[in-house]
Amino acid sequence: MLAEFGQICLVLATLVAIVQFALPIYGAHHRNIGLMRLANRAAGLQFILIAAAFVALTLLFLHSDFSVKLVASHSHTDKPLIYKISGVWGNHEGSILLWVLILALYGALVPIFGKALPLTLRSRALAIQGLLAVGFLMFILLTSNPFERLNPVPINGQGLNPLLQDPGLAIHPPFLYLGYVGFSLAFSFALAALIEGRVDAVWARWLRPWVLLAWSFLTIGITIGSFWAYYELGWGGWWMWDPVENVSFMPWLVGTALLHSIMVLGTRHSLANWTILLAIAAFSFSLVGTFIVRSGVLVSVHAFAVDPARGVAILILLGLATGGGLALYALRAASLEVGPSIPMISRGGALIANNVLLITATATVFLGTFYPLFIDMISAEKITVGAPYFNLTFGPLMLLLIGFMGVGPVLKWRRDDLSRIRGFLIRSVLLILVIAVLNYLFGKALWGAMGFGLATFLIYATLSALNRKSSGQWQRLKRLPASDWGFALAHLGLAITTLGITSMGLWSTDDVQRLKVGEQINLAGYSFTLEEVTPGQTQNYQYLAADIAVTNKSGATTTLISERRFYPVRNMVTTEAGFRLAPGKTIFAAIGEGDPDQGWVTRVYAHPQVIWIWIGALLMALAGFVSLFDRRLRFQRGHNET
Amino acid sequence: MKLNLKALLPLILFAGLIAAFAIGLTRDPRVLPSQLINKPFPEFELTGVYDNNPVTLDNLKGDVSLVNVFGSWCVACLQEHPLLMDLAATDQVRVVGINWRDDRTKAQQWLERHGDPYDLLIYDPHSELVIDLGITGAPESFIVDQNGMVRYKHVGVVTPKLWKETMLPIIRSLRSEG
Repeated sequence: MLAEFGQICLVLATLVAIVQFALPIYGAHHRNIGLMRLANRAAGLQFILIAAAFVALTLLFLHSDFSVKLVASHSHTDKPLIYKISGVWGNHEGSILLWVLILALYGALVPIFGKALPLTLRSRALAIQGLLAVGFLMFILLTSNPFERLNPVPINGQGLNPLLQDPGLAIHPPFLYLGYVGFSLAFSFALAALIEGRVDAVWARWLRPWVLLAWSFLTIGITIGSFWAYYELGWGGWWMWDPVENVSFMPWLVGTALLHSIMVLGTRHSLANWTILLAIAAFSFSLVGTFIVRSGVLVSVHAFAVDPARGVAILILLGLATGGGLALYALRAASLEVGPSIPMISRGGALIANNVLLITATATVFLGTFYPLFIDMISAEKITVGAPYFNLTFGPLMLLLIGFMGVGPVLKWRRDDLSRIRGFLIRSVLLILVIAVLNYLFGKALWGAMGFGLATFLIYATLSALNRKSSGQWQRLKRLPASDWGFALAHLGLAITTLGITSMGLWSTDDVQRLKVGEQINLAGYSFTLEEVTPGQTQNYQYLAADIAVTNKSGATTTLISERRFYPVRNMVTTEAGFRLAPGKTIFAAIGEGDPDQGWVTRVYAHPQVIWIWIGALLMALAGFVSLFDRRLRFQRGHNET
Repeated sequence: MKLNLKALLPLILFAGLIAAFAIGLTRDPRVLPSQLINKPFPEFELTGVYDNNPVTLDNLKGDVSLVNVFGSWCVACLQEHPLLMDLAATDQVRVVGINWRDDRTKAQQWLERHGDPYDLLIYDPHSELVIDLGITGAPESFIVDQNGMVRYKHVGVVTPKLWKETMLPIIRSLRSEG
């Protein structure tokens, strides 16, 4: 019965979403307050219905009800509780349901936090949010129904893909989706503003916290994904430039640009057109992300569920949403007010430069990701664009970006003069030179020296900007608004990530050898000895655990445990790397195929400062949350509801 | 409403992108043309599944063969197995099996249980030949001609449709050449 209940909830939610779109948009056109207000109720009800369906699906997974096809093909009675729950979204149908749930959640939050918004704007935005829900709910009901029954009922399920049986991956999709789908509000409000023909500072200030929220969640989602790939896939890489990684990174880059352009719009009443386009683009890239992962258009190490028929449906949704948005933009762009022009040497000028660089970077990643697809179309050759392309094109753009990130915040909003900050510039250039030369002498790599030099500069410049904001007084520093702290944390976070990346690029080392028990590999001042290999069994897999003793120069020893796991239900083998995270060198070992006579293929890595890549990224996410507490970002009360 | 031509640009770019995606959807990214097509099958020195007698490239040459990579651990292999049995029983082509990442006992049990369509079996537990062949997963099948040249490669299950429409015509034309 539970499956039927869930199904009915989804059908009702679709009907409610249709109402949420049609009546308020009509009401807003004819200034009918009753119809416009209906949007609030509809958004709330739609969320409750979808949440009920989601709870129903979760209960089906918890009960291991194998009469439901989805549960049968993605769960198993022997699975630990946490993976029964995460199994709900560890598959196509469930993850799209989670997607829609989050879409409805954001919609339901609008009436709660947006009480003071102009009623027409709010109801139009909710109407568009409802239309998005209609599209995705239809997609679920027509092509990806999670509640489909199975007859005959199997005795047991097929289990969850073992690669996904990991705490990191259990929480990765919800965060990623909170980010992706969070941009739907930016999209809906951009379209509502286009219909109104009014994009102003009030709009920008209200929307900014939502963009911040989505951006922070997306940052966490990407960071967890990167960390998961690092230890679960056993490659010892923190970023592969894999298509699936890239498509989550592109909305992040566009979202970062949007965050900054919306700031210019909120303070300088300028860049309205550009901000609208970015809002549409950020959500569109999120849809592209969903499309790529679900359609199998590109080959990826992560490709879990691919089905071209669903790909077509998502492509149509993407085409309608983004195409509709851009068509509306084409029709209405002329009616938007062009704000005052922004002087080149000013904080706004630096922010524009930052936007241009971020969008160029997005284009670079986009080209690299889809180049194989385009080439295939022209010449029928299958190729892949590897990390060298991305490092060569993306790296320099980021270094340039750091330059603007350092100088921008030190400048004033109104026309400024570089001679005013001459002292700062001279000290910065000297700092970069000293660090770069020192690093070049030790590291012998030009780009590494640039990376360290600019990252150090960014730390100095950010602290210097904080110092200027507070005129160097402790009392004033403590009273700085939350968004200033958010700015400082985010920029410091990026500097820290850059330091980690540069360090990894320069000094990470690895080795692969076949080891018998008792043999060792020496790497980066450590000796890795394969001590013993023992088989064992747990609830849902058999394993072969290798104890690898690592001794450093001073004789201190740690033991890393790497496992080869065999999941009989899925007939799959996975590798669990053994590693010890450290602020300095992270050591990492993974055991591969082999046998006692020939030895086991053993990979060992020494990764300097790799942990700081993720710490920096999490600091950026934290910065987003901190900024949310800024009182200036809240909407001023007292606006007339009509 | 005034239509701003510059404002149309994003829409036009996006339309191009959607078209590209739509074409991309019609193509299967898994179809990787093998580097080996029209090249000689790699040399190897392995043994059979039932005994330790050496098997080399010379054993493969002489007739057009369907070389099939399988393992007792491979679930999808069971799907194409009835077709291979049928091909062997009706003598449509010589079927050669590469038993990959398996052990002898398990492989023999598997062949006993599901039937053995293979005229020649190559035992490759340590992926020696399989790596030279550039194989990414099982099942995977090749058509090799009389002189030991690779003529066709298919990743995944061989379906009756694929056999009838693609593979059989290739084998016929190779036979008539030889």
